[in-house]
Amino acid sequence: MDILPILSTLRRHKLTAWLLILEIALTCAIVCNAVFLIGQRLERMDMPSGVAEHELLQIQVADMVAPANPYARVAEDMAVLRQVPGVISVASSNQVPFGSSSSNSNIRLDPAQVRWTLSATTYFGENLPKTLGTRLVSGRDLESSDFVDVDVAMKALGTGDAKHLPSVILITQTLAERLWPGQNPLGHIIYLAPTVGLRVVGVLDSLVRPNAYDISKAQYTTIVPLRMGANKDQSYLIRCRPEDRAHVLDAALAALKKVDPQRVVTTRRSFDEVRRKFFQDDRAMAGMLVGVIAALLIVTALGIVGLASFWVAQRRRTIGVRRALGATRRNILNYFQTENFLLATIGIALGMALAYAINLFLMLHYELPRLPAIYFPVGAIALWLIGQLAVLGPALRAAAVPPVVATRSV
Amino acid sequence: MFAYYLDLALRSLKRNKVLTALMVLAIAVGIGASMTTLTVMHLLSGDPLPGRSQHIFYPQVDASPAGYAKGGPLDMLDYRSAVDLWSAHRADRQALLAGSDVKVRAPDARVPPLMVPMLATTSDFFAMFKVPFRYGSAWTAADAASRARVAVISSNLNDRLFGGADSVGKTLRLKDSDVRIVGVMDAWRPSPLFYDVRAGRFAEGQTSSFYDKPEDVFMPFFSGLEVNDGNFWQFTCWGNVATPGHLQDAPCVWVGLWVQLDSAAKVADYRAFIAHYAQQQKALGRFATTQTRMPSLMQWLVFNHVVPSDVKLQTWLAFAFLAICLFNMIGLLLAKFLRRSSEIGVRRALGASRGAIFAQCLVEAGMVGVVGGIGGWLLTLLGLWLVRRQPVEYADLAHLDIGMLGLTFALAVVASLMAGFLPALRASRVAPALQLKTL
Repeated sequence: MDILPILSTLRRHKLTAWLLILEIALTCAIVCNAVFLIGQRLERMDMPSGVAEHELLQIQVADMVAPANPYARVAEDMAVLRQVPGVISVASSNQVPFGSSSSNSNIRLDPAQVRWTLSATTYFGENLPKTLGTRLVSGRDLESSDFVDVDVAMKALGTGDAKHLPSVILITQTLAERLWPGQNPLGHIIYLAPTVGLRVVGVLDSLVRPNAYDISKAQYTTIVPLRMGANKDQSYLIRCRPEDRAHVLDAALAALKKVDPQRVVTTRRSFDEVRRKFFQDDRAMAGMLVGVIAALLIVTALGIVGLASFWVAQRRRTIGVRRALGATRRNILNYFQTENFLLATIGIALGMALAYAINLFLMLHYELPRLPAIYFPVGAIALWLIGQLAVLGPALRAAAVPPVVATRSV
Repeated sequence: MFAYYLDLALRSLKRNKVLTALMVLAIAVGIGASMTTLTVMHLLSGDPLPGRSQHIFYPQVDASPAGYAKGGPLDMLDYRSAVDLWSAHRADRQALLAGSDVKVRAPDARVPPLMVPMLATTSDFFAMFKVPFRYGSAWTAADAASRARVAVISSNLNDRLFGGADSVGKTLRLKDSDVRIVGVMDAWRPSPLFYDVRAGRFAEGQTSSFYDKPEDVFMPFFSGLEVNDGNFWQFTCWGNVATPGHLQDAPCVWVGLWVQLDSAAKVADYRAFIAHYAQQQKALGRFATTQTRMPSLMQWLVFNHVVPSDVKLQTWLAFAFLAICLFNMIGLLLAKFLRRSSEIGVRRALGASRGAIFAQCLVEAGMVGVVGGIGGWLLTLLGLWLVRRQPVEYADLAHLDIGMLGLTFALAVVASLMAGFLPALRASRVAPALQLKTL
């Protein structure tokens, strides 16, 4: 394929050629970054929770008439829920993974520290690791003798009475590695307050926090053996087989209503819904970006069609002359395809530089990571393909120009 | 002359319908996308109290131990500082506020009990923020002083409990207390819900919750604290809380104070007042630092980065999109005008000046812009409809107002004239002699 004649022709159409190149460059830059942003969102939406997601239900009730003994009420509710057919395990919890609303503590490794080491989330509640389905990597699970009622613990905090405070804690692997890199975390002490030191007795494989907005801190999770009362906005978490979820949920609600018909159900959902709700903004944004990419590629393709048609019409006579001088239809077709390929390549090269610049801007303002090199070929291939597809119609029309045109009106 | 140009433009546009449709479509899509995001941006970054926001301030002092609050005081006040500053009455108006969720039942209504957000605040709140009332009015200072069990409810809650009827004088059961309704608010939707904005700098751009609706129940500050005791939200605590939700004597910040200061002198006086208060408290040993802050309402919103970063990103994206649509249109217009070189040559030979050709071409571009503007307006309506279907707090706000409608058309015409400039210039430079020769 002869490139030189194409270049010399393009030199006569500098303005239009540059317009097309700039349009391709801009599209390429935006497509690269948009695909990258979609990848980021998808990666976030894929964030592991560490729990048996398809087997979990969450129920939250508010008692309109305060029960005489809120702890007895929770024990009664949990006993009732365990009786529901299909229920494998029941837990009470102050919060749920990906549930947004969270309880967090500032963790210190030394009670004298003024500024804490990091902020981790604190799950309270009975039977949590087993019900959530999170695996214990080392150490032991919490035992019933570890548990303290929340109100008793709160009072003990006020009086400084260490006997009525919990003394042990479970943490995740990620948190252990962050606090004591390379060491065995079992036996180390974590301070949730200067007077509250808890000994690490077990390490969990993975458990995500309710407020997992920052992926690097999503696994800063602890479980503290505090028993929840019925007046603490606690949730009941129920584990059952995935196919049983719908009827277990209904039966569980009926059972809870039976304990106290006056109570109001404030939350009832499967864990799939919890995850869907937590990532809804990311999903909406990813969907919008896909729409933008599609619209951009269509607009660019239409632009290429428009300009290529114009060029074909303008060069009708030249094409006729070439045909009369012996060029085949294929030669003409190839000519326009190569021309488009050249323009697209220049545009893509410029687009790469622009994509990098846009990424730098986004890194500065939106705390995004650097654009990995893998995204550059994506934009390039998309635009080469779109260019070739768009030019095909006008190029075929050019190839159909009969040689006899050369004899007319010259 | 202009009418003649319009006629020429119309004829020319009709001649090549596909190319015209492509151009109109490109400009309509570009305008639709950028106006949708611009409208959302405009709604989210606007002034929630137009004409008054410059007089509203959010004073802060710091009661936390040394080293706890970095880069200025914490976003809310501890109970004692808040009540001290409020009861000094040094501002033209002042309101304390504390948030909680409350269980509500209406004995007169056959509706199951609800959990709704409640704001405990002082009586100036309604006058300072110009809250509209449908029925009744705010409680009086005397009500507040006597710790009367009264409440103002939102029109939304009034619709749910009483079917929108005048419920003033009726009784609500809040948690375990009976409370008399003294006022029902009219529809009130400040965007953002400025008086509850805080901690935005820690939200990593996820700030759409700042655009939530106002609370459903408003009670006088001190009686509200009694009625819903044990349910109040803390902002942050640096020590142990003996009874969660009862924060009056806890080492926590959880109360907001908003003040209205009508003149620059008063603003300066108030700044001096809180600085003096902080020094006095430090001398007493209650404060570890004397740092204070008193942003105006709009400064506070900027400080909290209220506009969600996704919305900003979408706006950038939409304008890049519009730019591509414009490049596209320049190319198509160039193709269109240069295709008519021979016609332009004839017209030049018959005496049309370069300026006239230029004007004719621009009129044609402008006409594409107007038609594209109509398409862009329809697409903006479609885009905003899509935004309203999104599960975000500000979804119900997304409507096109008159100003933005005007801007849509202005943007469409300006954009197409810009796109038409270069091709029109090219067309007006066509050499008539060359074109006539090849006719």
